Amino acid sequence: MSVDLSYYLILAAVLFTIGLIGLLVRRNVLVMLMCVELMLNASNLTFVAFASKLKDVGGQADVFFVLVVAAAEVVVGLAIIVSIYRKRLGATADDLSSLKG
Amino acid sequence: MMLLSATYPDSITFVLCAIVVVGGGLGVVLSNNPVRAALNLVMTLFGVAVLFVELSADFLAVVQVIIYAGAIVVLFLFVIMLLGVDKQEKLGSEPLILQRVIAIVVGLAFLGMIIGYGWGNFNSHGSYSVIGVASGGDSGIVELAKATFSYYLLPFEVTSVLLIIAIIGAVVLIARSGPGEDEVKEDISAEIKTDGPKEGHENDVSVSEDKVDEVRSVDFTVGEEQIV
Amino acid sequence: MIFGMDPLFLGHITIGVVIIAAVRVLVAFVVLLVSVMMMIWFERKVISDMQNRIGPNRAGPYGLLQSLADGIKLFFKEDLIPEKSDRFVFKLAPYLATVPAFLTFAVIPVGGNVTVLKHTFELQVADPPIGILFVLALSSIAVYGVMLAGWSSGSKYPLIGSVRASAQMISYEAAISLSVATAVLVSALTKSGINFLSTRAIVGAQASSVLHWNIFEVGIIPFVIFMIAITAETNRPPFDFVEAEQELVGGFNTEYSSIRFALFYLAEFMNTITMSAIAVTLFLGGPDGPGFHFLTWLWPILWFAGKTLVFLFCYVWVRAALPRLRYDQLMDLGWKFLIPISLGWLLIVAAMRMPTTTKDIFIAFGVILVLCILSGVFLWRTINVGKERTLSKENMKLADSNQGRLIVDEIDIVGGRIIPLPGLAEIDDDDENNEMTDSSVISSSHLDMDSVEIETAGDEK
Repeated sequence: MSVDLSYYLILAAVLFTIGLIGLLVRRNVLVMLMCVELMLNASNLTFVAFASKLKDVGGQADVFFVLVVAAAEVVVGLAIIVSIYRKRLGATADDLSSLKG
Repeated sequence: MMLLSATYPDSITFVLCAIVVVGGGLGVVLSNNPVRAALNLVMTLFGVAVLFVELSADFLAVVQVIIYAGAIVVLFLFVIMLLGVDKQEKLGSEPLILQRVIAIVVGLAFLGMIIGYGWGNFNSHGSYSVIGVASGGDSGIVELAKATFSYYLLPFEVTSVLLIIAIIGAVVLIARSGPGEDEVKEDISAEIKTDGPKEGHENDVSVSEDKVDEVRSVDFTVGEEQIV
Repeated sequence: MIFGMDPLFLGHITIGVVIIAAVRVLVAFVVLLVSVMMMIWFERKVISDMQNRIGPNRAGPYGLLQSLADGIKLFFKEDLIPEKSDRFVFKLAPYLATVPAFLTFAVIPVGGNVTVLKHTFELQVADPPIGILFVLALSSIAVYGVMLAGWSSGSKYPLIGSVRASAQMISYEAAISLSVATAVLVSALTKSGINFLSTRAIVGAQASSVLHWNIFEVGIIPFVIFMIAITAETNRPPFDFVEAEQELVGGFNTEYSSIRFALFYLAEFMNTITMSAIAVTLFLGGPDGPGFHFLTWLWPILWFAGKTLVFLFCYVWVRAALPRLRYDQLMDLGWKFLIPISLGWLLIVAAMRMPTTTKDIFIAFGVILVLCILSGVFLWRTINVGKERTLSKENMKLADSNQGRLIVDEIDIVGGRIIPLPGLAEIDDDDENNEMTDSSVISSSHLDMDSVEIETAGDEK
């Protein structure tokens, strides 16, 4: 008998919260992207836990798609950071204020 | 250390992984160096991968390691090293008053909301095995493949389109303009600078002047000196 | 289920089973270490033969103990940690490089089944159902050791080495995965079983005939791509940009000394051995080969070792024969050549194995796709060559217009006799400016203002 589902859900919720708080608190855009990854991982964990509980492979397939979305997000996010850095010499969220009126 | 009728090995594995996952997550948020944060992220990813094995999703565990640890975090590190933004960051200063306090309060309230709601209403009455049974000696790879390429065919194709879009977007964002265009840009900026006070650009230059000495890349410093 | 199909774990787990498992791990560890030592000796000997030298011949018979002597020497050297380094990561990196190299060997089937004291077991440390993916995962982790070593040194050349390493290893991972996928596809279709990703099942599907080896089943191309890609993945010459001595001093491990350096060295050679073993497992039938009726357990092991040795010799041969590529050539080779071809080949192989009713359509589709990719690649090449030609023409023009100034500048050096090189005039010009600015910066910080004026004059030019 494996560990009960609720423990996985609580762990995933804690991980998601850590990512959320990190996203709100940190100013470094790279670290903010990493925090998004943490949140995506928490959702992955939830998916797989439910897949295991309900004996349904659909949850695992969803994780597959989340992975692809995460990869796409990171690629575009890092490209944005690099292109900002070329103009601004800074990669923190405070440097992204050129649209301010 | 029995977690609700789980066996000892399972419980111990879960607790250790939970420590690794949460510790890594906290490390990402609290470390003042982006490279350290990335390493902590890898730690979290490995913890989650082991939990996947524990949940008998071996294939996903390995894919998690290959894609996340092998590609995504390496990409992070590559960008950090390429840009040279691996310097220590001062975590103490915070320009917005109460930003952190409010963020933490909101986050904890969110956590409390999820757990509190789940505590009262938790009963997993979803229907079992709609898409396919996750079992078998091959860690469910065959079932996973069948589900992905039949039931989830449309999302699968859409993600492939998404990847193409991401690749093209990244190339467009990163692509350096040709040598001729670069020169034109420099000239324009120089003209603006000599023309006289224009508020927005004044600000820009002052910001970048502050940071010139922090920057490693030779290209940028040379460029700045020429403009100034 | 995690243990796969190993007959050792099918019955009850007793003390004997645990001891056998532990002994298996220990033997694999020791064999791997010793073979690394032998490999270092082998490489040095073969290279020196190819270069008409003698090579190590002092320590032990034929210099066999040379690597042991080197190891002991390194072990007793002073362990330096640079002041600017990130100490924790600096200490961690060598282990990150070594551990994946060891772990990869765990899933390689070295021989057939063996019965000792009524326990039948496989000659393989572990046989997980996802064995070949495990190998891919570990090879993708292996990049961390090199990357973090370079970064944590806090030094310029190691950092360049590690940036190169990350780009290079990610790029070639895709080619490796695609060629591995081809082999797995063929194996899985040859022998329908549930554990088609386990390394032992892949070996099992190739048994019984040389013509059933995957190298022939997939049609050689993926094998060639795999070999090129793993050479790049293990940072062996001619792809050793990570530690290119002529360009980067020593590359990512410049700042390392003593036992930590030895660990990197160990990891490099161990990766060479394990990657050769994986190539043997995937494409050459692993321990498969004819044997005799006595000592039946021995022949598979000998076959495996022999095949691996052939690959190791090829590695050394390539190192002795080929010069290092340029970095852009490496990236072109990986992205524009290996990945499209291996992808197209995978599609064609998959189409060939389709049921006959739809087979023709899929084959036609695959062929059209490959033709499209190839024509795209050639078109790209053509455009690039055209661009290069126009660029070189423009450079010629620039050289002509700058000629007068060049002669004035360099008249002291070569006594008035200058032969302007067409493409190089531009580069010379740049170098000169850089030198000038450098020297002016130094002198302005020290002494006078004259040189600053010179600098501005240079900029106006």
